[in-house]
Amino acid sequence: MPAQSSDRTLSPLIFEMGQDGRANAYVERGKPLESFFPKDALRDDLPLPDNTELDVVRHYTRLSQRTFGIDMGFYPLGSCTMKYNPKINDALAGLREFAELHPFVPDELAQGALQVMYELERSLSSLFGMEAFSLNPAAGAQAELAALLVSKKYFRDRGETRRNKVIVPDTAHGTNPASAAMCGYSVISLRSDARGRVDPAEIRRVVGADTAVCMMTNPNTLGLFEERIHEIADAVHEAGGLMYYDGANANALMGNARPGDMGFDLMHLNTHKTFTIPHGGGGAGHGPLGVAKHLVEYLPVPYVVRDGDWFRLDFDRPKSIGPVRSFWSNFAHAVRALAYLYANGAEGLARVSQYAVLNANYLRVKVAEFLETPYAEICRHEFVASAQPLKKETGVRALDIAKALLDRGFMAPTVYFPLIVPECLMIEPTETESKETLDEFVEALREIVAAAKSNPQELFEAPVTTVVGRVDETRAARQPDLRWRPKPA
Amino acid sequence: MAQPEQLLYSKEHEWVRIEGDHAVVGITEYAQHSLGDIVYVELPKVGTHVRQFTNIGVVESVKAVSDLFTPISGEVVQINDALETDPAAVNRDPYGDGWFLRLKLADTSEQKNLLNARDYEKLVAE
Amino acid sequence: MLDAIGVESPDALLAVPDALKLREPLDVVPALPEYQIRRRLEGVAKRNGGVDAISFLGGGAYRHYAPPAISALAMRGEFLTAYTPYQAEVSQGYLQAIYEWQTYISLLTGMDLADASVYDGATALAESAIMAINATGRQRFLVSRAVHPNYRAVLTTYCDGLDVAVDEIPIAKNGTTDLAALAEALSSHEYAGVALQSPNFFGNVDTFDAAARDAISKHGVVPIAVVAEALSLAALAAPASWGAKIVAGEAQSFGVPLAYGGPYVGFIATVEEHIRRIPGRLVGKTVDNAGRAAYVLTLQAREQHIRRERALSNICTNQAHCALIATIYLALVGKTGLRDIAALNVERSRELATAVANAGARLPFSAPFFNEVVADVGRPAAEVLGELQKRGILGGLDLGRWYPEYANCMLMAATELTTTREIDALASNLKESMRARAVV
Repeated sequence: MPAQSSDRTLSPLIFEMGQDGRANAYVERGKPLESFFPKDALRDDLPLPDNTELDVVRHYTRLSQRTFGIDMGFYPLGSCTMKYNPKINDALAGLREFAELHPFVPDELAQGALQVMYELERSLSSLFGMEAFSLNPAAGAQAELAALLVSKKYFRDRGETRRNKVIVPDTAHGTNPASAAMCGYSVISLRSDARGRVDPAEIRRVVGADTAVCMMTNPNTLGLFEERIHEIADAVHEAGGLMYYDGANANALMGNARPGDMGFDLMHLNTHKTFTIPHGGGGAGHGPLGVAKHLVEYLPVPYVVRDGDWFRLDFDRPKSIGPVRSFWSNFAHAVRALAYLYANGAEGLARVSQYAVLNANYLRVKVAEFLETPYAEICRHEFVASAQPLKKETGVRALDIAKALLDRGFMAPTVYFPLIVPECLMIEPTETESKETLDEFVEALREIVAAAKSNPQELFEAPVTTVVGRVDETRAARQPDLRWRPKPA
Repeated sequence: MAQPEQLLYSKEHEWVRIEGDHAVVGITEYAQHSLGDIVYVELPKVGTHVRQFTNIGVVESVKAVSDLFTPISGEVVQINDALETDPAAVNRDPYGDGWFLRLKLADTSEQKNLLNARDYEKLVAE
Repeated sequence: MLDAIGVESPDALLAVPDALKLREPLDVVPALPEYQIRRRLEGVAKRNGGVDAISFLGGGAYRHYAPPAISALAMRGEFLTAYTPYQAEVSQGYLQAIYEWQTYISLLTGMDLADASVYDGATALAESAIMAINATGRQRFLVSRAVHPNYRAVLTTYCDGLDVAVDEIPIAKNGTTDLAALAEALSSHEYAGVALQSPNFFGNVDTFDAAARDAISKHGVVPIAVVAEALSLAALAAPASWGAKIVAGEAQSFGVPLAYGGPYVGFIATVEEHIRRIPGRLVGKTVDNAGRAAYVLTLQAREQHIRRERALSNICTNQAHCALIATIYLALVGKTGLRDIAALNVERSRELATAVANAGARLPFSAPFFNEVVADVGRPAAEVLGELQKRGILGGLDLGRWYPEYANCMLMAATELTTTREIDALASNLKESMRARAVV
């Protein structure tokens, strides 16, 4: 069944709809602005459309129907942990006392919000083996940046200003090297070994007096557990460097093992992945930053502290790297994450990762029946398949498989990442999918691989059931059209 | 594939055409083909001095970015402005309209570090 | 499933070296059934008395009316549970909405283009500074002291990472940036960019004048406008018209809940010249394989997932859903509604200014203001605000928190939701509170 309505007529832009003066009676008419400002302080025109509420409701309802979310179907996007987002989370985040609370409300009138942040912070610290978490960063990438700023300040305080290298495995997310560059660090990219892991001997070869931080994720983006993580951490620590844990894949271990016990000094979580916060089409995210004891005083401000029965925002932290955002946290997401913690408790979270790993391994062995899986061993929450042999045989690429899945009502896996696997499909089913759904997905994929052999042309033309066909990305990049423009009068 | 005889080549798939004390630089047919549709070329400013085999810019395709290395040292005296609006020229005509920049040569002896057409063909065939 | 995998128990799937096994029970909140989670968190929420107070709080986060149609649309599961629209063919709706957002921000700021959002106003400023640093190759940045103190602090955090120095321009007597000092600074150092906020942190209209624009252009500096109250764009001259080449802003005012500080939605708008330096995602219009109009994420080769350490920003996840909310808000209120709301904000803040002045406070600044105004209450504002708070009124922000020289001043906001009754309550209590001091 196609994922979406096959209505292919173009939706007009909101700017091409409506008529001047079709105002909705949300507020009364205001006085002319000229009575309050000199004329040159005011703008002379405001070229925006006026539409009735009904037309606006229809317009965005229609746009929503042209958008695929988890609520519509299976979303096996590797490294993104697209699990079900319970509706209770949104209901609680939307409570008036949370949603209408101004960030500058004095602490004594915001005790509820502070308690939410405090409970979440304490729970995360225990769950991941960190001394403390900052809930400030708006997303994982911002937490990485904040963490590297923490490292920079820490080394500066110790007089170790020569530490300017960040070690990043070649399977790492692109944000890792990009964050390092924003801190003025240079990046050493580390080759994974034949088993898809980081070899501690390689680490020993590259670490030294200039090592600042080694950034890793465990399990890594191939879905493989770095079982020699202790040796890696020891090598980095002996050289005087810090270990950073990219928590994008935390769904594979929470409640079962802790980055803190693996020797990581800093870490982030993507609670919009692991803790069922809806991703909202690309954000907002929420990226708590965890640190070991020796780095707590460097965390961004403010930090939530508890004094007896009272909670407060502590801004007075002289060694802090400073704030990283306008206000304290993506607080509405902290409410959602806490609600998810309450729904599971420690044992429930351990079960979550067990089921996530079970689902991934089940899919892995099924997919291996017809696609190459380059790392044929027990995986964690995700695994990679490669369309390289299929491409040699039929010309069908990972991209074609992805597009053909869209025609069959599934979101495509992550493709062409990690970069070290040619024609890569990175598949993460998450724990919330039933065996029936996984089986349907396997059969769809099996059918696509069969079609590649019998009628590859069909796949080159996919998708055909969606509102548009394959999109011309080259034209988009060569002749950027990033906005609508009013017709000249 | 046959490479133009009169050009010199680098192992990083750039070509050079020597014109007196000037050199014109671009990327090879092989390079444009493996990069796919090129959407943007970032070149150094006129007046910049560049050193042989160092990074001087980037070539972007839709989903990849590649470093651009200069095959020879010199001062940038002209860049191909037309690529700004028509980066497709690199795909269409890498040895002609798709040229990148013109250098005033700093050291003619560097040419010995480059490959001739036959050797470059061998490199690409491997 | 275990049979298919070929293991006997799920434990075999999660084997970790002994050293990594948990040694102690985890200290996590207890598991509860859903109705009890609801009860519990509803109870916690009740401890946020701040929502019931009469409030004049602003300072970069504003209480505005949000029609229920916004959440009815934005909370649809298709939008809410989508990931970043990598697969364009099944994401046309969201991509079109973001294209509309980019257009709204371009039209409001007067710029050529805008990105698909950044985290918030403060990081929009920091990322804009990085654009200017990359555009000029200079390692020094200039910012007005009348820019939001939190934004300046975040700017400093980011610039520390890049070893970029940040200098500040002082505030003139009328409550706007001292433009003479700006001109002087420009001739003393090579700056990458200079940022002004309008309306500034004190609510005052604060723009580059012709002389400042000349000096900026003469020194090759990138002029940046900061907008913390996006509603002002409906009324005041667009930043493009007073010389900005980059606009860094916060669009929380467009229907995004206050939510104790987030998530909000930052934006960056700029001129064609800087198109390749703008951070974050961009949606472009193109065609599909049958020539039909279609939308897609574009210019991705600028971004971290392709450029890695050569990327100019590390942003990945942005604030798409808040940008969607803002887009729907703008569509609902339209040009007419947005103008009216802006006008009402101006009107109410004038009413507020008059009332506090009549109550005996002094208005220290003479510059025209949008929806926030500063009042000097003749003694530490922190004390006066404390007394007002006891009477259920959050009177505003204590400027002494960031500006020791304004320790007797408070910053108060009025929006379309502020009522005459609330203003009267503030004024009469303020009068008492100020008189109480006079008696002492």
